[in-house]
Amino acid sequence: MTRQIRKVLPRENSDPRREVSLTVNGEAVTRRVSTRLLLSDFLRHELGLTGTHVGCEHGVCGCCTVTLDGAAARSCLTLAVQADGATIRTIEGVAPSADVLHPVQQAFHECHALQCGFCTPGFINSVVCYFEENENPDLSEDSIREMLSGNLCRCTGYQNIVLAVRRAHELMTNGAEA
Amino acid sequence: MSTAQFGERVQRLADAKLVRGEGNYIDDIPLDGALHVAFVRSPFARAKINSIDCEAAREMDGVAAVYTSDDIGRLDIEMPLLIPHPSLTQARTQRPLARDDVFYVGQTVAMVVAVDRYTAEDATRMVDVDYEPLGVELDLEAAIQDDAPRVHADVPNNIAAHFVQTSGDPDGAFARAEHFTKIRVQVDRSTAAPLECRAIAARWDTVTEELMVWDGTQAPISVRGGLASILGLDEDKVRVTAPDVGGGFGQKVMLFYPDELLVPYAAMQLGRPVKYIEDRNENFIGSAQERTQIHEIELAATKDGEILALRDSFLHDTGAFIPYGIAIAQVASTSIAGPYRVPNIRVEFKAIYTPTVLITPYRGCGRPQACFAIERALDKLADELGLDRFEVRRRNLIRDDEFPYRRDGLVFADGLPVEHDSGQYGRALDMIAEHIDLVAFAEEQKAALAEGRYLGLGLGYYVEGTGLGPYEGSHIRIHPITGKVYVNTGLSCQGQGHETVFAQIAADQLGVDASDVIVVEGDTGAFDWGVATFASRAAVVSGNAIHKTAIKVRAQVLEAAANMLEAAQEDIVLEDGKAFVNGVPEMAVTLAEIATASNPLRYAFNEAAKTSTQFAPASKHDGPALAEGEAPGLEATDYYSPPHATWAYGVHAAIIEVDPGLCSIKFRRYICVHDCGRMINPTLVEGQIMGGVAQGVGGAHYERIEYDVDGNPRNANFMDFLIPYATEVPPVEILHLETPSPLNPLGVKGVGEAGCIPVGQVLASGVADALAPLGIGPLEHVPLTPDMIFHALGGEKDE
Repeated sequence: MTRQIRKVLPRENSDPRREVSLTVNGEAVTRRVSTRLLLSDFLRHELGLTGTHVGCEHGVCGCCTVTLDGAAARSCLTLAVQADGATIRTIEGVAPSADVLHPVQQAFHECHALQCGFCTPGFINSVVCYFEENENPDLSEDSIREMLSGNLCRCTGYQNIVLAVRRAHELMTNGAEA
Repeated sequence: MSTAQFGERVQRLADAKLVRGEGNYIDDIPLDGALHVAFVRSPFARAKINSIDCEAAREMDGVAAVYTSDDIGRLDIEMPLLIPHPSLTQARTQRPLARDDVFYVGQTVAMVVAVDRYTAEDATRMVDVDYEPLGVELDLEAAIQDDAPRVHADVPNNIAAHFVQTSGDPDGAFARAEHFTKIRVQVDRSTAAPLECRAIAARWDTVTEELMVWDGTQAPISVRGGLASILGLDEDKVRVTAPDVGGGFGQKVMLFYPDELLVPYAAMQLGRPVKYIEDRNENFIGSAQERTQIHEIELAATKDGEILALRDSFLHDTGAFIPYGIAIAQVASTSIAGPYRVPNIRVEFKAIYTPTVLITPYRGCGRPQACFAIERALDKLADELGLDRFEVRRRNLIRDDEFPYRRDGLVFADGLPVEHDSGQYGRALDMIAEHIDLVAFAEEQKAALAEGRYLGLGLGYYVEGTGLGPYEGSHIRIHPITGKVYVNTGLSCQGQGHETVFAQIAADQLGVDASDVIVVEGDTGAFDWGVATFASRAAVVSGNAIHKTAIKVRAQVLEAAANMLEAAQEDIVLEDGKAFVNGVPEMAVTLAEIATASNPLRYAFNEAAKTSTQFAPASKHDGPALAEGEAPGLEATDYYSPPHATWAYGVHAAIIEVDPGLCSIKFRRYICVHDCGRMINPTLVEGQIMGGVAQGVGGAHYERIEYDVDGNPRNANFMDFLIPYATEVPPVEILHLETPSPLNPLGVKGVGEAGCIPVGQVLASGVADALAPLGIGPLEHVPLTPDMIFHALGGEKDE
């Protein structure tokens, strides 16, 4: 292609902006953002935490599930400015270290509970939250499936995800040797 | 690792990064200064475009460019017809941006490029398009009438293709048959709905003059070829990479979607990276769908239920365009006799244009429709003759001694004969009958009925021609520094676990652990011979290519190791990443050392490399360091091209409880017997089946793309298009049968699509069985929704 004069292209729009400060995966962050920026886009594109996936942008699929002030939340139905002052954990903050997986992550791997992996961070966040909120979880088939029914998976047929929930509980109860 | 890894439940190698959220899907790839695309899309199913005014959009803050068909130079073409066929006499394909006419709601009319998606979407609202709506007909049977409004003005009766295939002498067989069964069945439109929608990003490098494209496609090499051709670039100047892809199921094998041409074009024009991340609504109105077919199928049989002949005539909805040719209808045609010995077949179809989202293969690709037609017909034949459903099937299944069983005259979607290569069809049916325990179920059904509960047994048999050509290839190199085995192939992966099964295949030949095999695919920069991931072909075609290549590399390793260890090649054992003399494991050299020694060096960049430098004793030589005809390193390339498709098969059954008051259904048990030849990794095979069944359950009961009579989509979102959650999908009891395919060295068959094929039949036959005491009418249409059950029970239609 013949080299042409570099075009002058815009770098930003004229959206009103506001400063937000929040804690993400234990780290305090402050950014100036468009007031209509979704929390999911904020996490992904402002902070570079791209493990929070966006599958439908209308709160049905659950791919964008994060932990917001201790509860599972849809980051695609939340504005970044609404999360001002909040504490958020994304999938990147679930594993205790770079070498060790969280028992829920480990269980998903062991049980072949993921294929394409796109829904997986949302599922893992939902399951981790469930265990954090329930000291004595009901691990019957129906109860686990009900708990999982906020997240869509198009690859696995869910069966191995159900197994992974039980396996994760085993790992958490009996330690890594289970 | 001394035991074979082929056939083992090796845990997936791709998981570690995915469970941490560290996958690299296209929108995750950091591209500094990237501009974002949004499209102006047609709000009408069929209309003339009088004018398009983009001025207001172009002036908005944050907008970089707005394109219409007048602004895209050489891209303003009808996009490629991918699979031409003689019967496809009226092929029409779409333009990247509409010119003069629009043909479905959602068609791309103009493209906005802006600083972010928010701004780009705002600007699409500022593009003023003056449309003149035209009449439409969405009903297939009405669309082929002479007076129906035409989708394409020059295509009479909206018929894109008309094709008849014949095997044997169907007319003669019909003339001498004793019993005839005829039904009309319908399968409705659905969509793949991968959880990652389609996505593409592109960057033009002004220094190297290379176009880098990240495309969530199942066919990166094919996209590369097409892009180079259409943009007028050398193929080597275009690199297409499919990184992590969040599910495909066929929707992403279609090329080209408008964005796949327009985004690279805009990146070249604007000198900034450009990306288009499809949203869910766009996936429903812009990305290909599949399924609607109406079959009229007729069986000619003896009084004993032996099928002598089959006639099937069907209408196939192809949407507004037919870029993928007649592939789906052809697969349906050639799968229509299922697993049965039907010596005489006449199958005919018409592919019909409707002003709707275009139709290309979605997991199953015509097989679910064919399966539903033949299996429903067989159930009706059994009913009419007073035969048991299992028994009528048993009498007609191809016997073990009849393989290979060729359906002379039928040509499959690969242009090759339909020949069922191997199987134990009768045994599979016996296995499922035993596993269910039919006697016990009959008692349970009776007891339930006494309590006012309705249990039914669903049963469906399927076949699947898998592993289509033309070919795939493989390149393997053992890395001299790490000793790791690098494997390339031309496919891309959408979550199936290619990296694991391909590693298992290579690992067995080279005596390493699968975790030491690094599979790199989906990148034309790494390997660029091959076709795509489709038709349950990866394990068969790429798998065998990798196997053949690994055998070549193994021979190189053995030769080099024998030299280094001063032993006979026959005595060398490859194990744990080392070669040693049989019985003397301490006399060993590592693969890294062998690879290093196979590459004469001038510079010693590490300890092992010293052995390969010019003054080292081991590499001392009197002549050239590489003899004439020798190549450095441990490396080979090979290809596999199948003689024709290899036919997998299986049978599904379910115990279904129906509430005739609510007309709701519940799967009590779901059982699958399947045979995909030798299994490379049973865990991954089971994953494919369970996922397929889940999609099948969706298509059987929940998922239907709905259009109103004007061609407006009515449920283009996840609130209204009902994908089953964990609460709707039953656990699947899977029984494996392994009959090797005689067609390929590994003896494997494909399994990717199998799970979804018979589920509609399983549900319909199960509901029919459950509600038989209430005298339910025919169930010959899926998805079989509660209101359809209500009507079949005699309920009044709610107009």
